[in-house]
Amino acid sequence: MDLAVVVLLQVIAAVASLVLISIGLAVIFGMMRVINLAHGEFIMLGAYAVIYATRWGVNLWVAMLVVAPIVVGLIGVVVERTVIRFLYGRMIDTMLATWGLSLLLIGAATMIFGNVTAGVSAPLGGVTIGEYQTSLYELVIVAIVTAVVLALMAVLRFTQAGLIARATMQNPAMAASLGIDTSKVYAVTFGAGAALSGLAGALISPLSGVVPTMGVAYVAKAFITVISGGAAIITGTLSASTLLGSLNTLATFVATPVIGEVTLLFAAIVLLRILPQGITGKFFRRAL
Amino acid sequence: MSSMLERRKVLKAAVAGAATAATGPWFIKDLYAADEIKIAGIHDASGGLDLLGRPMIDVLTMAVEEANAAGGLLGKQIKLINYDAQSNIQYYTQYATQAATKDKVAVVHAGITSASREAIRPVLKRFNTLYFYNTLYEGGVCDRNCFCTGSTPAQTVEKLIPYAMKKFNGKKIYVLAADYNYGQITSKWVKKYTQDDGGSIVAIDFFPLDVTDFGPTIKKIQAAKPDIIMSVLVGGSHISFYRQWAASGMKKQIPMASTTFGLGNEHVVVSPEEGNGILASYAYFHEVASPANTEFIKRYQKRFGDKAAPLTEVAAMTWHGFQLWAQGVKKAGTVDRMKVIEALEGGMSYEGPAGKSTIDSATHHDILDVYIGEAENKKFKLLQSFSQQKPADTAAVCDLKKNPNDNQQYIIDVKV
Repeated sequence: MDLAVVVLLQVIAAVASLVLISIGLAVIFGMMRVINLAHGEFIMLGAYAVIYATRWGVNLWVAMLVVAPIVVGLIGVVVERTVIRFLYGRMIDTMLATWGLSLLLIGAATMIFGNVTAGVSAPLGGVTIGEYQTSLYELVIVAIVTAVVLALMAVLRFTQAGLIARATMQNPAMAASLGIDTSKVYAVTFGAGAALSGLAGALISPLSGVVPTMGVAYVAKAFITVISGGAAIITGTLSASTLLGSLNTLATFVATPVIGEVTLLFAAIVLLRILPQGITGKFFRRAL
Repeated sequence: MSSMLERRKVLKAAVAGAATAATGPWFIKDLYAADEIKIAGIHDASGGLDLLGRPMIDVLTMAVEEANAAGGLLGKQIKLINYDAQSNIQYYTQYATQAATKDKVAVVHAGITSASREAIRPVLKRFNTLYFYNTLYEGGVCDRNCFCTGSTPAQTVEKLIPYAMKKFNGKKIYVLAADYNYGQITSKWVKKYTQDDGGSIVAIDFFPLDVTDFGPTIKKIQAAKPDIIMSVLVGGSHISFYRQWAASGMKKQIPMASTTFGLGNEHVVVSPEEGNGILASYAYFHEVASPANTEFIKRYQKRFGDKAAPLTEVAAMTWHGFQLWAQGVKKAGTVDRMKVIEALEGGMSYEGPAGKSTIDSATHHDILDVYIGEAENKKFKLLQSFSQQKPADTAAVCDLKKNPNDNQQYIIDVKV
C-alpha cells in the first residue's frame, strides 16, 4: 500500500517535471511557431541565476521564483529583439539561428562560469510515507508547477493580454489591422516563454549538477513532449507529459532506467505515427 | 575526363607543396634539436573531461620543469609538447600520429577514458612510440609498448567492498553504474568481490550518462532495502544522484561506497551533508599524509596557486608515470624505445606522493599502494592503506614475458 502511494507520487512528480521543462518551449512554439533550439540553454541560465543569486546572499526561494525568471525573461526579450524578430515565418532559419545561439550561450557560460559543476543543496529535507521516504522538495515542485499552469491558463483565458496574445497567435494580419502591435506581443510572449524556461532551470538546480552543457539533457525531452502534445499549448503539454511521464516512471519501476527512457521515446514515436498533429491535433481541439 | 585530369593535377601540386613545406623546417629543426629530448602529453584541457585533464597536464608540466631545472635527462633538456584533445576521440588519434611521426617524441603520456586509450594505443604501437596511460581503468590491456600506471579493480574494488561491508555491517549491496564499458565491467567486479566476501547483490541498475532524474530509482532502492549502496556513477549529470539521495532523507539510513566519487572532485561540488560518509578507494588521495606528498602538494600549489584543484589519482599517477619513464631512460642511458622498455621491465620502482609504484614486468601495470578514504567536509579522511597491491585482474589474462607480441585489451571474464 505504501509502495502504491509512493509510486503514484513519483508518477505525479515525473509528470510535473516534464511539464516544467516543456512549458517555456510550448509557449514559444505554440504561440509563435518558432522552434527554439536554445531552450536548454535558457534552462541552464535559470540554474546559474540561482547559483549566483544565492552566493550573493539572496534567499533560495526568492532566487528560484523571482530572480531566475526575471533574468532569463529579460535575456529572452533581448534575444527576440536582436535575432528572432527578423526570422518570423522562416522555421528552418529560426532553428539554425537558435541552434547557433545555443552554442554561443554554452561557450559564453563556459568562459564566464567555467566548465565546472556547481550546485545548491535541495531545501526542506524528506517526508516519511509509511516505510518510505521521499523528498519534500519534489512535492513542492508539483505544487509550483500546478500553480504556474493554472496562472497561465487564467492569463490566456480571462485577461485582455491573454485575448490579444491568442488573437495574434490565430491570425497576426487581422490582429495587426485591428490596431494590435504584434511585434510587441511577440517580444513579450518570447520573454514569457524564456522566463518559464528560467523558472524550470531554477527549480531543477537543487536536484542536479549545474554545468554550461546541462541544457542538452533536457532539450530533447522537452521537444518530444511539446511535439507530442500538439497545437494547444497547455492541454497539449499536460496530456503529453502525463502520458510520457507515467510510462517512463512505471517502466523504470518495473524494469530499469534504460528501459524507462526507451519506453518514453518509443511511446512518442508510436504516438506521432498515429497522431501526426500530436494529441491535441485529434482530441481537446478547442482547448488552450 | 577533364575533371579527372584536374583532380590529379591538384593532388600532385598539393603533395609537392606539402613536401617542400614540410622538409625544410623538419631538416632545420632536427639540426638544432639534437640537444633536447621531446615528449608529448595528450589530455583533455577543454570539453566535458577537462576537470580530469587539466590537473594531469599541470602535473606533467611541473614534472618536466623540475627535471629540466635539475639538469635535464642524460644531460639534455626535455621539451614537453602538450596537445589538447578537447574531449574528442578523433583528436586523440590525430595528435598521437602527429606526436609520433612529426615531433618524433620519445614517449607519449596520454588518455583519460578507456575509449581514448584504445584509439591511440594502436597508433603508437604502429609507429614504435612508447606509451604511458596514467588513468585508473577496468583492467586487461596487454601490450608491451604500453605502460598502465593507474589502478585497476583488483587493486581498489577488492579492498573497498569488504571494508564497506565490515564498516557498515551489512551484506546486501545495491549497485548503480554508468552505462558504458567502465560501468559495465566494474559492476561485474563489484558483484564478484561481494560474493567472494559472503555478500549478495540486490540489483544492478545502469544509467545513461545524461540521466539526471533518480527519483524512481531512489524509491526502488527503498523497496529493495539493501544494506549498502555502491555507486559506479560517472560525470556531471550523475552528481544529481548524490543530491537527490540526500534530499530524500535516505542518506542517513543507507550508507554508500563508490568507485568514482571524488575522482572528478565530486566531494568538493556537493555539500558536506550530501557527501559526508561516502567511502572511496584509489591509489592516491590529495590528503595522503606522507612527507613526500606534503612536499609535492606544496610545490604544486606554489606553481599553480593555492586555489588549484585538489589532486586525484589521475594526476598523481601522471607524475609517477613520468618519473618511472625518466628512471628507465637513465638506467638505459638512451631514449631508445626497446632499451627503455627493457630497463623498465627490470622491476623499476619509484617512491613518490602516492607511495611506491613498481612496474610489474609481466603485465606492464603498476604494483601500487592503495588507500580507502571517507568523504568529510569536502575532503577525504584516510581510513586505511594497503601497500603494494598487485594488478591481479590483468595478470590473470596477460603475460608479456611469455607472449611479448601480445597486443590487445582482454575483456576479463569475471566469474560471478
